[in-house]
Amino acid sequence: MTWETVIGLEIHTQLATKTKIFSGASTEFGAAPNTQACAIDLAMPGTLPVLNAEAVRMAVMFGVAIDAEIGLISSFDRKNYFYPDLPKGYQTTQLERPIVLEGAVDIQLDDGSTKTVRIHHAHLEEDAGKSLHEDFHGMSGIDLNRAGTPLIEIVSEPDMNSPEEAVAFAKKLHALVVSIGICDGEMAQGSMRFDVNVSVRKKGEELGTRTETKNLNSFRFMERAIVQEVERQIDLIEDGGKVKQETRLYDGDTHTARSMRSKEEANDYRYFPCPDLLPVEIDQAYVDAVRASLPELPEARRARFTDSYELSAYDAGVLADDVATAAYFETTASQCGDAKLAANWVTGELAARLNSDDVLIQHCPVSAEQLAALIARIIDKTISNKMAREVFGAMWEGEGEPDAIIEARGLKQVSDSGAIEGMVDEVIASSAKQVENYRNADEAKRPKMLGYFVGQIMKASKGQANPQQVNEVLLQKLNALL
Amino acid sequence: MHNLTLAELSAGLGAGEFSSVEVTRHFLARIKRLDANYNSFITITEEQALAQAAVADQQRAAGSVPALCGVPIAHKDIFCTDGVRTSCGSKMLDNFVPPYSATVVENLAAAGVVVLGKTNMDEFAMGSSNETSYYGPVKNPWHTDCVPGGSSGGSAAAIAARLTPAATATDTGGSIRQPAALCGITGLKPTYGRVSRWGMIAFASSLDQGGPMARTAEDVALMLNQMAGFDNKDSTSIERDVPDYTANLNQDISGLTIGVPEEYFGEGLNPLTEQATRDALAELEKQGAKLKSISLPHSHLSVPAYYVIAPAEASANLSRFDGSRYGYRCENPADLRDMYMRSRSEAFGDEVKRRILIGAYCLSAGYYDAYYNKAMQVRRLIKEDFVSAFNDVDMIAGPTCPNPAFEFGAKGDDPVAMYLEDIYTIATNLAGLPGMSLPCGLVDDKPVGLQLIGNYFDEGRMLNVAHRYQQVSDWHSRCAPGID
Amino acid sequence: MSIDRADIEKLGELARIHISDENAQASAKSINEVLALVDQLQAVDTTNIEPMANPLGARQRLRLDEVSETNRREAFQAIAPATEDGLYLVPKVIE
Repeated sequence: MTWETVIGLEIHTQLATKTKIFSGASTEFGAAPNTQACAIDLAMPGTLPVLNAEAVRMAVMFGVAIDAEIGLISSFDRKNYFYPDLPKGYQTTQLERPIVLEGAVDIQLDDGSTKTVRIHHAHLEEDAGKSLHEDFHGMSGIDLNRAGTPLIEIVSEPDMNSPEEAVAFAKKLHALVVSIGICDGEMAQGSMRFDVNVSVRKKGEELGTRTETKNLNSFRFMERAIVQEVERQIDLIEDGGKVKQETRLYDGDTHTARSMRSKEEANDYRYFPCPDLLPVEIDQAYVDAVRASLPELPEARRARFTDSYELSAYDAGVLADDVATAAYFETTASQCGDAKLAANWVTGELAARLNSDDVLIQHCPVSAEQLAALIARIIDKTISNKMAREVFGAMWEGEGEPDAIIEARGLKQVSDSGAIEGMVDEVIASSAKQVENYRNADEAKRPKMLGYFVGQIMKASKGQANPQQVNEVLLQKLNALL
Repeated sequence: MHNLTLAELSAGLGAGEFSSVEVTRHFLARIKRLDANYNSFITITEEQALAQAAVADQQRAAGSVPALCGVPIAHKDIFCTDGVRTSCGSKMLDNFVPPYSATVVENLAAAGVVVLGKTNMDEFAMGSSNETSYYGPVKNPWHTDCVPGGSSGGSAAAIAARLTPAATATDTGGSIRQPAALCGITGLKPTYGRVSRWGMIAFASSLDQGGPMARTAEDVALMLNQMAGFDNKDSTSIERDVPDYTANLNQDISGLTIGVPEEYFGEGLNPLTEQATRDALAELEKQGAKLKSISLPHSHLSVPAYYVIAPAEASANLSRFDGSRYGYRCENPADLRDMYMRSRSEAFGDEVKRRILIGAYCLSAGYYDAYYNKAMQVRRLIKEDFVSAFNDVDMIAGPTCPNPAFEFGAKGDDPVAMYLEDIYTIATNLAGLPGMSLPCGLVDDKPVGLQLIGNYFDEGRMLNVAHRYQQVSDWHSRCAPGID
Repeated sequence: MSIDRADIEKLGELARIHISDENAQASAKSINEVLALVDQLQAVDTTNIEPMANPLGARQRLRLDEVSETNRREAFQAIAPATEDGLYLVPKVIE
């Protein structure tokens, strides 16, 4: 029996405005509780919202970046429900007329193919505050600093069929919104949060009942949550049960999700047009101006990287999608002068360390300039690639500049031909049996036999001999004995 | 002194006949002595008023000041006043002292007015009789067994009882004009967006509009000059210059065409009220205005549309009163739901609860289209009635209310009968048009009002017509019996 | 359309208003009277009429993205029912 998974995503993206969507309070992260919650954010009686122009511009920017139709007239609605982090008792959002209409995003799959994920729409809305569940004498503490932070909620069509595709899509959007500067992309601070709609069906059958899992704030959580939910649904059906339409809440501490409310218990949100806000009207000239101000999109950057740096499509993809990675790579490449080598390092050693330590490239302990200085020592043959990895490790641990580390650890590569010749002679002299075998071997088999000699020489040099030079000298001397 | 109008008090202060402190003391003493009879004030701000008066006197001595500098007024208790309890007539906000002021309050403060206190009102402005106030009903100075009208009943009664020369008020479905009519004073609801709603506690956001009440059209104009204006804190505020509303009060009204809607003279209108209204219209005709019969065919739908839209908006606007951040919280809530349920149930009165439930119903799944959306469509039809009428006429006039003031409890069990008291005033709120009421007679010794409805932003011309009428009538200067 | 006691309780739940047993009947009655009034709307043909949310058909004005608010936590929390460490306290939030 083959099962097909159907996944749709709703992505809450905090916009990088200075102030709230409807008030002039700061959105800066990390302030003391309720110090950035003004009368409007607290829903004090008689207060009124006024829309932030920058939130509109950023939403439109997202729209033009995904080639979506822009809602030239959009409007705000009230979504009514009671919750302590929602001071007005309603969330101001866009239901009927969102600012961004249909669009699409292409994702690259592991097999190299491309898939288009359709965007149903994206709408502006306000974020809620935070409930802190530490115990205050059996009470919860409410911090409303986040209340009113502008969000765009990006709603995809159910076009993804695996957790990997969902993650690829989420990463793609993350890269996009950071690239165009409308979101800081700080997942750990909640700047991007995912709700996933998952259903399963047997191939060719109608769509199954879907569940919505909320509160996923990392790609890993999202992937795990989807894998778990797909398994749960399939098990349920195979055991003769039925999937219930419900909202599930993912707990990042226990890595489990549980049912929050069923469809029957679903809130009746009583949406209606917000009478305190008027329809937002923008004209085509405004949209065109925003489009003209778009920075380079990942797609275009990818093409440029393949063309001007002659990178492989794969490397270009990895480097171009994320604006911070792209900037890091370009600085490294231009300062060390070898784009290919820079690409290898950024996609290889650097990416592996960032990944294993779960660090964003924005916070990388090794700067692009430092990495370029390290690569320069490979190019000028001061050190081998292998040594460079050791130096990089030390740089990552904060031991300082590459030259100082090379010096301190005595890692300079031996490229002095006299010294290398001496080492080669010594090894040949002490390996009479191996030399004899080499001489008697078929010509075709000889290159493979070189390994022994190289190994001995590198051992004798404590790994510091330039391997390329060793090879050349060795070959020359052995062949002279033939 | 308390019989002087705002304009006369301003002139007297200017001429040095009396000081603001003297005027303020006089009104404060009157309030303390007499308001037990009317219950028109919720809060008296004696200390602040005297301090403001002293400052105003200094400013006057120092040089030229705005007309209203040093003149005492009162604010409806729906306008937030920094440091002064703002209850909105509700137990919910009995302990609420806002750390900010409404734009209207700030605008008037900038003109140097002295604030005597905060006036009583129907709870959250929901009512037409002032019987829903947590602070008890306001009594009509003309007949203390009768209601003063609502929701701005405290402001209207205080003016009628000569406890303040003028007051601020708000009007969502008639809450300025109906109490003005029932208390025999003059009140104006401006064009929607003319006066900022910032700091004015919301009932129904798309209908609410602040405006002035006083005894004369001239005083109303003086007040409106300070209250009106664009406010960037209110998205629905209109960016448009404020004319001097006193400039054209005396302008000749001959040639003005006044439309008389036949729907406003139909069944349900008290015949004596009708007579008083027709007499007033005849007076305007005598001054050269032309009367023209018109039809506003969707008039009968304004009350039904209003009782969907206003409760729907209110149901959301009042969700913020949840016991979390300010206002009433019940004792020892068992859990979060209990805090919400009990705080709201214990602190909201019956009429407020009723409207919240009606609003929730009209917006709930499956009923939105039949109720809310339908009402918003009908709202457009009602507006279009007026738009086409204003193609033919310059102004519209008719009765403000079908009847004079009724006795307390007369409509207690019958919300619909109460709602129908606003039958002539609600349509202007739905259309966003300016409307005003001015005294035009007595029926059974109780005042009745003439309503003027103007085109958008035509407040100046309405005040002109009202002022001209008040030059040849004395209904506005009559005093309720027993008031010296 | 008219509503019964169960509807009233459901609305009470949505609006967080407790309807006591003794009031439920009276509440339903008065609300039904209002709904009967409101039902006059159903008789009107409103085909192709665009709903009107704002009387003047005005458009939203936009605010510059500049911080205009300062920290006034102390003033706001002075009038709060319960606070601690700058947080508003409410009965435990359980989802």
